[in-house]
Amino acid sequence: MDINDLRGLGTVFAMIAFISVCLWAYSSKRKSGFDEAANLPFADDEEDINQL
Amino acid sequence: MSQPSEHPTYNYLVVKQFSVMTVIWGIVGMAVGVLIAAQLVWPALNFETPWLTFSRLRPLHTNAVIFAFGGSALFATSFYVVQRTCQVRLISDFWASFVFWGWQLVILLAAISLPLGYTTSKEYAELEWPIDILITIVWLAYAYVFFGTIAKRKTSHIYVANWFFAAFILTVAVLHVVNSAQVPVYWGKSYSAYAGATDAMIQWWYGHNAVGFFLTAGFLGIMYYFVPKQAERPVYSYRLSIVHFWALIAVYIWAGPHHLHYTALPDWAQSLGMVMSLILLAPSWGGMINGMMTLSGAWHKLRTDPILRFLVVSLSFYGMSTFEGPMMSIKTVNALSHYTDWTIGHVHSGALGWVAMISIGAVYHLLPIMFGKKQMYSVSLINAHFWLSTIGTVLYIASMWVNGILQGLMWRAYNTDGTLTYSFVQSVEASGPGYIVRLIGGGMFLLGMLLMAYNMWQTARTSETESGVNNLETAEAA
Repeated sequence: MDINDLRGLGTVFAMIAFISVCLWAYSSKRKSGFDEAANLPFADDEEDINQL
Repeated sequence: MSQPSEHPTYNYLVVKQFSVMTVIWGIVGMAVGVLIAAQLVWPALNFETPWLTFSRLRPLHTNAVIFAFGGSALFATSFYVVQRTCQVRLISDFWASFVFWGWQLVILLAAISLPLGYTTSKEYAELEWPIDILITIVWLAYAYVFFGTIAKRKTSHIYVANWFFAAFILTVAVLHVVNSAQVPVYWGKSYSAYAGATDAMIQWWYGHNAVGFFLTAGFLGIMYYFVPKQAERPVYSYRLSIVHFWALIAVYIWAGPHHLHYTALPDWAQSLGMVMSLILLAPSWGGMINGMMTLSGAWHKLRTDPILRFLVVSLSFYGMSTFEGPMMSIKTVNALSHYTDWTIGHVHSGALGWVAMISIGAVYHLLPIMFGKKQMYSVSLINAHFWLSTIGTVLYIASMWVNGILQGLMWRAYNTDGTLTYSFVQSVEASGPGYIVRLIGGGMFLLGMLLMAYNMWQTARTSETESGVNNLETAEAA
């Protein structure tokens, strides 16, 4: 085992990490939670309207 | 005057202070930029005065636009966004105001020490060690206020914009502390703790990640809140934003060596930097597309809303410069472009087109809210500002492309007997017309900032009477 094995492993590790993030983000289990999160910039608007 | 903007829940004071200073430091930093651009056309403009020379004013310009203008925009927007999306007040008003005054002191000390010639000579980290320590203290206070506010949030999710702000705060802290490790000689002079190629690599690990985390991640935080807010629709894909975040921060940190192609840095490190820079195109464009597509179905708003136009055109410039960057990091392209004005053009396509324009758009969104008004004093002035900025940026980057390629080709031209075809000074002479066009472009951008300051002043000035009218209407309606 030399330094090049380590470099290869690094590439494999980065690829696994990337695929895992994609799978995690695009899993249908998390869809509703993300939809909710995506609306956070508008979530406190009502309070703003009361302000006026 | 601060009464109408006093918010029952949120701390708007610090947001307002930083928003106003964004405009003011923008004018100062860009004015110095225009002056040194003029010095390249008319060298006599240094008036034979040491503290007005290009070498001392150039770091003043870069520090003022990046850390004073860009920094104020980031403080204003991050403090605003973290409160609005966590639905709680900042954890501490004292430390928020400490961050504001501490940062102004840092800027003041930079504005004094740099023209006097005190410098570590590390690009974008020129400030001497006592100021570096002050920056560290202010930054820790900033991290406390930001993360403390997230910790006491009332929402279950941490909105994606806050993830980008968080990455920016954490990484800049690490970069600043590591790169600023110095051995002081006295209060005004120090030497780097590192030597030779190691020093160069640490400097550009810092330098490129100042671009990646200060000038990119932080401003992407602005993008993820203000583009959806101004377009009045949620971000195109929240899932893509998560992949965008992790991919961007994982790859950016490796791209620094592309600043050191064909130097004493080991060849493998140069190649690694080049490959990572090329990969970086994917997350960069993923983020840009995510921002752009947020407007799908709302493109008509661009016709009437110059603030949205600022935000969207900034994304176009972001896409352009994040394509250009990876291309310039390819060693053979870099052999032509490095040390020429092409680099300056590339930086300003990012700095003027992306960083400044998204900041300007966000601040135009914030100012009426901070001054308790429905909108800015004059929308047509915002529109004028938009066109001055866009045309100014295009003139700037186009002239620097021409100059850069011209210089690169002249420097590498040689005769059949192996001697150089052109002397260096001939390439300087040939760059003259480009410098004039760049001065015009930069001047237009500065003029736009002056319009913004006038617009801001008028918005602030009329806020009292205007809110009085609003109160009357509300009373009548009741």
